[in-house]
Amino acid sequence: MYAAREAFAAFRRAPVLTGLAAGMVGLALFVLGLFGLVTHNLQTTLDTIEERVEVIAYLREGASTGEVDAALEELRAIPEVRTAVYVSKAQALENARAELPEFEDVFSDIEVNPLPASLELELEEGYRSEETVEMVSQLAGAYPFVEDVAYGREWVEKLFSLRRIAGVAAGVLGAAFAAVAALIIGTALRIAIFARREEIYVMRLVGAKDGFIRRPFVLEGAMAGALGAAAAVGLTWATYRAVSSLIFEIEWIPTTWIAAGLGIGVVFGMLASSLAVRRHLREVV
Amino acid sequence: MIHFDSVTREYPRRGAALRDVDFRIRKGEFVFLTGHSGSGKSTTLRLLHFADRPTRGEVRVAGFTSSRTTSRDVWKVRRRVGIVFQDFRLLPGRTAQENVGFALEVTGTPTKAITARAQRLLSQVGLGSKAGASVNELSGGEQQRVAIARALANQPEVLLADEPTGNLDERATRGIMELFRELNAMGMAVLMATHDLELVRRHDSVRVLELDQGKLVFDSAVTTEGAAG
Repeated sequence: MYAAREAFAAFRRAPVLTGLAAGMVGLALFVLGLFGLVTHNLQTTLDTIEERVEVIAYLREGASTGEVDAALEELRAIPEVRTAVYVSKAQALENARAELPEFEDVFSDIEVNPLPASLELELEEGYRSEETVEMVSQLAGAYPFVEDVAYGREWVEKLFSLRRIAGVAAGVLGAAFAAVAALIIGTALRIAIFARREEIYVMRLVGAKDGFIRRPFVLEGAMAGALGAAAAVGLTWATYRAVSSLIFEIEWIPTTWIAAGLGIGVVFGMLASSLAVRRHLREVV
Repeated sequence: MIHFDSVTREYPRRGAALRDVDFRIRKGEFVFLTGHSGSGKSTTLRLLHFADRPTRGEVRVAGFTSSRTTSRDVWKVRRRVGIVFQDFRLLPGRTAQENVGFALEVTGTPTKAITARAQRLLSQVGLGSKAGASVNELSGGEQQRVAIARALANQPEVLLADEPTGNLDERATRGIMELFRELNAMGMAVLMATHDLELVRRHDSVRVLELDQGKLVFDSAVTTEGAAG
């Protein structure tokens, strides 16, 4: 009760100081928010590209319907395979015409359909790794009526290589940004507490226990952290809207990330305040 | 009440601030601690408030012993020993009542009782009508009275005062001294450090301890007893 009242009173008594501390927390977390926005959109883009990973087994001429149906059933039973569809020669030509309208003249002139029938296999989400694609393509290629299997090996390798680079870069940059944010938040709250060291001294003087002294400051740190984090969310939202309307459409970061950001603000605020007060308590006897 | 047993306090760079100082103060006694700047008066008060520990010897105040009281337990001493300073050390921007109430809050006094008790303490030091005033608006003498009311909040057995009249004019000094005498008359031991010998002379019935370069060079109680003997 006392801690909460004092924490609120500190905001009222020194609004500039606490506002500055919350502002610095906000700016530090805004950098993390921007990083989150970029990372999320990069991840979403890579996910969209990854969804297009599929294995196509081209069939030899004369593959019987019975053989193809049996193969489809076996392939659909593989847990990593989401869908397995038979595409006839006629369908293949129709698809090509739809996808490549600029070659319509060529398609009109041909007398014999050169396109082979195929089995198109889509993979389950989370199973689109290089290894799974390779494994499924080997299983599909084992049928004697399958002439060739294609999945764009180089393309898939590049995609996964890009994903790995993005993952490592996100981890390293994220850790660096978080460290910088932690330092800024720590410094901001230390300055705010340093300005009130006299108060800590007086509390000690009149017989306050350490926990009693620490509580309002820790709560104040949590409040500054929460306020700063809320400001950071607002700034990130404004950036997202500006980019979406002026440059290109991007996605807003997931709610769980926002909640995590708010949590980080509160926890950083509490930790920074707690450490700063502890330092002063050690100095003031 | 207060035992200073062969107390020496040495600092790595400054050397000895106190050397083998011995004195005792009984319950309800009023004592002046005099000496020039740097004679060891403030060190003595810091040791009595457990803000510092002796290098050698033992300090005992209100039942607490320096060698047995850990820094974790210093708050217990602070609630039994009040202290006031020359520069008041009040919380700026807060009212007189809030400054006194703060000391009550710290000790877990119920919120409802705090206002009434703070008001009573301020009335006791003659500031009942200024409870709601910000301490920034009060005169030096009034600020010192607030500091005294705060020191009294936990009903201490001992009141330590470090040059409490150093920043005050003649009239305010008289008022503060009267207040100390009243508190002392109620049974509280008062140890007041001052370098104002004129002030000491005006209160010739009060016991005087004089420090010089960290050594106790004069104790009027010992001299009086010696003269009487």
